Amino acid sequence: MAGLGAAAPRNRLATAGARATTRAMLRDQPRGDVIRNTAFAGLLLLAILIALAGLMALLIQAFAKGSSALSLDLFTNPPSTAFPEKAGFRTAILGSLELIAGVILFVIPVGIGAALYLEEYADKTRWWNRLIEVNIQNLAAVPSIIYGILGLAFLVRGPFDLGFILAAGSLTLALLVLPMVIIAAREAIRAVPDSIRQGSLALGATKWQTIRRQVLPASVPGIATGVILAVSRALGETAPLLLVGATVFVTFDPTPFSPDGYSAMPVQIFNYAVRPQEEFQALAAAGIIVMLAVLLAMNSFAIWLRNRYEQRW
Amino acid sequence: MEPAGGPPRRLQAPGPRYGEKAIHGLLALCGILSVLTTTAIVISLVGPTIGFFEIVPVGDFFFGTDWTPQFEPPSFGVLAIVAGTFNVALWGMLFAIPIGLGAAIYLSEYAAPRVRKTVKPILEILAGIPTVAIGFFAASFILPEIIQPLWPGELFGGAVGKPFLALAGGLGVGLMIVPIIASISEDAMSAVPHGLREGAYAMGATKLKVATRVVFPAALSGIVASIVLAISRAVGETMIVLLAAGSTPNFTLNPVEPIQAMTAYIGVTATGDISTGSLDYKSVFAVGTLLFAITLVMNMISIRLVRRYREVYE
Repeated sequence: MAGLGAAAPRNRLATAGARATTRAMLRDQPRGDVIRNTAFAGLLLLAILIALAGLMALLIQAFAKGSSALSLDLFTNPPSTAFPEKAGFRTAILGSLELIAGVILFVIPVGIGAALYLEEYADKTRWWNRLIEVNIQNLAAVPSIIYGILGLAFLVRGPFDLGFILAAGSLTLALLVLPMVIIAAREAIRAVPDSIRQGSLALGATKWQTIRRQVLPASVPGIATGVILAVSRALGETAPLLLVGATVFVTFDPTPFSPDGYSAMPVQIFNYAVRPQEEFQALAAAGIIVMLAVLLAMNSFAIWLRNRYEQRW
Repeated sequence: MEPAGGPPRRLQAPGPRYGEKAIHGLLALCGILSVLTTTAIVISLVGPTIGFFEIVPVGDFFFGTDWTPQFEPPSFGVLAIVAGTFNVALWGMLFAIPIGLGAAIYLSEYAAPRVRKTVKPILEILAGIPTVAIGFFAASFILPEIIQPLWPGELFGGAVGKPFLALAGGLGVGLMIVPIIASISEDAMSAVPHGLREGAYAMGATKLKVATRVVFPAALSGIVASIVLAISRAVGETMIVLLAAGSTPNFTLNPVEPIQAMTAYIGVTATGDISTGSLDYKSVFAVGTLLFAITLVMNMISIRLVRRYREVYE
């Protein structure tokens, strides 16, 4: 008893000593290492600050240049080259809204359908299914202007011969963002665990009933996020629209199938931006503010949706 | 001997279930549509391109350095606008690779979880900014407020007094692709198993060594994939180069010259009422075919590389 009583403080002392020695050895890294580590971390931080500064500068510059032109006239007046003080974006905004409506109508059924096929039905060992898969990945990275060429040669002229109508522009944008929707929807569908499907099938549901009542509801948030991001991409896309007819200064409200031409928000901004006069530059910047506000709202909503409903199984 | 309760119940469906089969077919059709899109792209590119090469010799196109379609006789030396494209892409990558990789390493290895949770969505917002806005920013801010005042005097001919600069397009494109490099590389580095890091720390490695000698090499295929994809994006970008780098074909890699990129040529030529079948119309498709081929090769490389790091760690 007495022996143990004497050993306890000695043990404690020994432990404390060992701990102190270990700490001291680990803390005293060579000076060179400490300096190099700090410098490297500083450089990394600098890199991220430069990227964020670029984003900030872009927003601030748009406001500095465009705030003078920001007014309700922007939304109610049609564009004009002769009177920049009265020019607005009315027809371009309407054009963009109609374009986007077409994109949504096309992309949601086709995108989800293709994703369901690849995740739930396709036999991955078949070469044609692998072809579809690689093909979609490739399409997602094809330059947007190539889709403009496709729209020009295939939809506006050539086999479909639709002419320079808004619907052709809408279809072009839809084909452009379709791969994005498919990829996002596939990820959302893949995240639904197999046990859910097996449970449903074991209870006697058919394959489609399982998909319709179990898989799809569970993957809606992920799919919605993908669709919103794709639509916001389509909203900001300019290059393909230049080729399928959205270049003119349209003074009347566009309709989907009218051959009189149409405009879109980013194309109108581009048209103002290439004019050197201050007034047009201010109009371009004001248009960018409007578009960024809409896109930021959409993207933030998509990111929030993803974080809020991200399901852990 | 029959089991109790009569003969065993058949487990097959009672009917042929035509509805299920129809749905299967309908969904397959949606998948096939993507293949049809690619086919349509190739078909729409190939026809006029063949027509183009019936008039312009292949050698003149691929090895000529004068791109003057509006002259009489016109010259279609595509190297002039290929150089323009890679001029912009080169300076864009020189900006975006260090910034994007730095951001990726910081987010994956150094940042506190809270910082990471705020900075990643902000980078995603940067990725969602329309290119026409970045182009406007490059032309009306980066060019007059950053490049022209900071460019050292007459180096490479000087930057002052020029309305368009390849470097302005390059920096704009760089800003656009930073989030691509940062987010794909960060994914690749986060996928490196923690055991590798802990093993290195146990051997006495510093944080710097773990990040640069363990995590970075382990994630290399994902990092290279992000860079290849970013180059492909830079090569295919239209609006930024059109607004900031100009429409002057110029066979040079000089950053302080106006240039014309392949995409910009397509963008300014194929607008409005270009007449079908004219040589200009066909030249758009020839340039488009070349652009499609270049980006296709890069995308395939990138897809392969991404698949490789997924196979190893996931």
